[in-house]
Amino acid sequence: MIWTRKDLLGLEELNREEIELILGTADSFKEVSSREIKKVPALRGKTVVNLFYEPSTRTRVSFEIAAKRLSADVINIAAETSSVRKGETLIDTGRNIQALKADVIVLRHGFSGAAVLLARKLDISVVNAGDGWHEHPTQALLDIFTLKEKLGRIEGLRVCIVGDIAHSRVARSNIWGLTRLGAKVTVCAPKILIPPGIEQTGVDVSCDIEEALSKVDAVNVLRMQFERDARDAFPREIDYFRKFGITRERLKKTGRDIIVMHPGPLNRGIEIASDVADGGSSVILEQVTNGIAVRMAVLFLVSQAHDKRISAD
Amino acid sequence: MIKESLLIKNGRVVDPASRTDAVKDVFVSGGKIAAISAGIGEKASQVIDAAGCIVMPGLVDMHVHLREPGREDKENVASGTAAAAKGGVTSVLAMPNTDPPMDSVENVALFKRIIRCGAKVNVFISSAITKGRQGKEPVAFDLLKKNGVVAFSDDGASVESSEILLKALVKSREKGFLIICHSEDRNLSAGGAVNLGPVSTRLGLRGISAESEYRRVERDIALAARAKARVHIAHVSCAESVKVIAEAKKKGIKVTAETAPHYFSLTEEAVLGYDTNMKMNPPLRRREDLEAVKKGLRDGTIDVIASDHAPHTENEKEVEFNLAEFGVTGLETELSVAVTELVYGRVLDWMGLAEKMSFVPASILGIKKGDILEGRDADIVVFSPHEEWTVKRDDFASRSANSCFLGRRLKGRVRYTICSGKTIYAAE
Repeated sequence: MIWTRKDLLGLEELNREEIELILGTADSFKEVSSREIKKVPALRGKTVVNLFYEPSTRTRVSFEIAAKRLSADVINIAAETSSVRKGETLIDTGRNIQALKADVIVLRHGFSGAAVLLARKLDISVVNAGDGWHEHPTQALLDIFTLKEKLGRIEGLRVCIVGDIAHSRVARSNIWGLTRLGAKVTVCAPKILIPPGIEQTGVDVSCDIEEALSKVDAVNVLRMQFERDARDAFPREIDYFRKFGITRERLKKTGRDIIVMHPGPLNRGIEIASDVADGGSSVILEQVTNGIAVRMAVLFLVSQAHDKRISAD
Repeated sequence: MIKESLLIKNGRVVDPASRTDAVKDVFVSGGKIAAISAGIGEKASQVIDAAGCIVMPGLVDMHVHLREPGREDKENVASGTAAAAKGGVTSVLAMPNTDPPMDSVENVALFKRIIRCGAKVNVFISSAITKGRQGKEPVAFDLLKKNGVVAFSDDGASVESSEILLKALVKSREKGFLIICHSEDRNLSAGGAVNLGPVSTRLGLRGISAESEYRRVERDIALAARAKARVHIAHVSCAESVKVIAEAKKKGIKVTAETAPHYFSLTEEAVLGYDTNMKMNPPLRRREDLEAVKKGLRDGTIDVIASDHAPHTENEKEVEFNLAEFGVTGLETELSVAVTELVYGRVLDWMGLAEKMSFVPASILGIKKGDILEGRDADIVVFSPHEEWTVKRDDFASRSANSCFLGRRLKGRVRYTICSGKTIYAAE
């Protein structure tokens, strides 16, 4: 299996072999972060630009560390401080970054499809670091990587994703990645946060968290963003925790060890109880650590594919 | 010098007004149709050999955005009517959402001057129903009608206030003018970019529900029934709207309806990949909706095919999907898409096509167009039904190329478009 894509835009378009290749590559990069000198020269002389149109600390820092551990040079552009405010289009901004001879753009954007648009217009690599409600592929890859590390496989696993499925790019990317690798996915949320036709992606739908938990090996708890658009109907925080919050009691009731994941940042006491987040079943901080290896793998694979494409021309 | 004349020989003349469907010659003199019969021997200054071609009344497209005045970067009257000519369209109803909008006698007078200078086809004028299309203050219907306005529409917006729309409908019955409704409940659709359903879910885009359309169609028809007025529903896209209209017609309510070529040829699946040329309002819907629109065309529920020609610049389309403008161009592709999907798809015969695209829209608008009858204006399209062509970005006469049919292979190619006896378009 050889990676041929210059971009990583989402997991929907990837086949099983491609996802496994990223996970395998991440596995070999993971060890780098435990060395005394945490660096390999794989991307020496390459420039990675983090182009972030939405505030993000954890994803941005994770990409920055990943690039640096591959010896790439990293530039961070936050849209608030750039010429975007002067009305420059996304494509023009991208073309300027390309003209500066950057090799990879890591894009975070509030609108779904932004990474697809940019990748179509540029020759350099584009890595989607989250676009609107659409996809957040590296988050799902690190979730899957962590699960695989813990349980030894993905095939046949049963995973529940709980939270605001309708507005979640993390949910979508996890659904595509997990189902492609043969896991059985249940999405669980209040009815108003289940988007129409989600079952066509191959998932089961549940509005009862206890029922959903009773059948799974792992639960991925999405961050609830109560500050979002007033246009959407939304449950009250307190009702949400009562009905869908992941608590020790709920986990205990299942009688099994369920792995608990969360993409962060945590809303303690809203979607997840503190004792669960800090407890023995939680792999939340391991996810953060694994994020570096996964992003190293993605940056490495896309820039390698891009170089091959250039030399083939 | 002989009077300018034109002889169209040996074409298959399809004319709903006279129920003609036969190989005949059409003789045109002084811009008018002088004779229709087999084997006309008259000498003419121009002769078109139409053997193997369909000779139909020039299309009457009752939903066109010419963008002038105000947005000449997208389109102007000259380019928009050149696009019409290329597509076999000889009459258009220009929508009033210009800048300034068509909502006063002064603005209409300005528009008439522009038309006089630049139009290649007949341009009919619609006015807004309310000033600035704001849904608040009604326009001077009577005065505007006297100044040549043939229909009223707040197109692009629905008149939010039922009271204001009802009053306008009552007046339309009393004074004999036509109200066209853009039926959309913005409370339900605001912020949406694609049809609500599996595709909006996959793409992570806010959806536009079928309810936002058909609930408003229901209201608009109910108000028309109450006012005992006729009403025309623009761009029908979903199965439920077709059903609502069918039921209203059964009850004898005077409603007519139109759809656009993209609603019977494309589904929401076309949006996967975030192609902004697939973004229009109402959005592309499900397969079931497409089938319902076709059935509605066949059984007469939908009376008219109109393009909703909505040109936009590349700058306005080459952006994030949420930011892209709604709308697609259509004048240059509508006939061929209808031929390909409806005639070859066995939904309509040639007569049915001429009805939906020429004869019926003309009669709804009350204009003397859409027919091939002796003494009438010679507005004719001659097209070869079997010839195939590919829609290409660089081939548009319109200033804009935001077509949802780019790259498509279509059947039926316009050979000649004749407007008032003049050949305004001839294929190379």
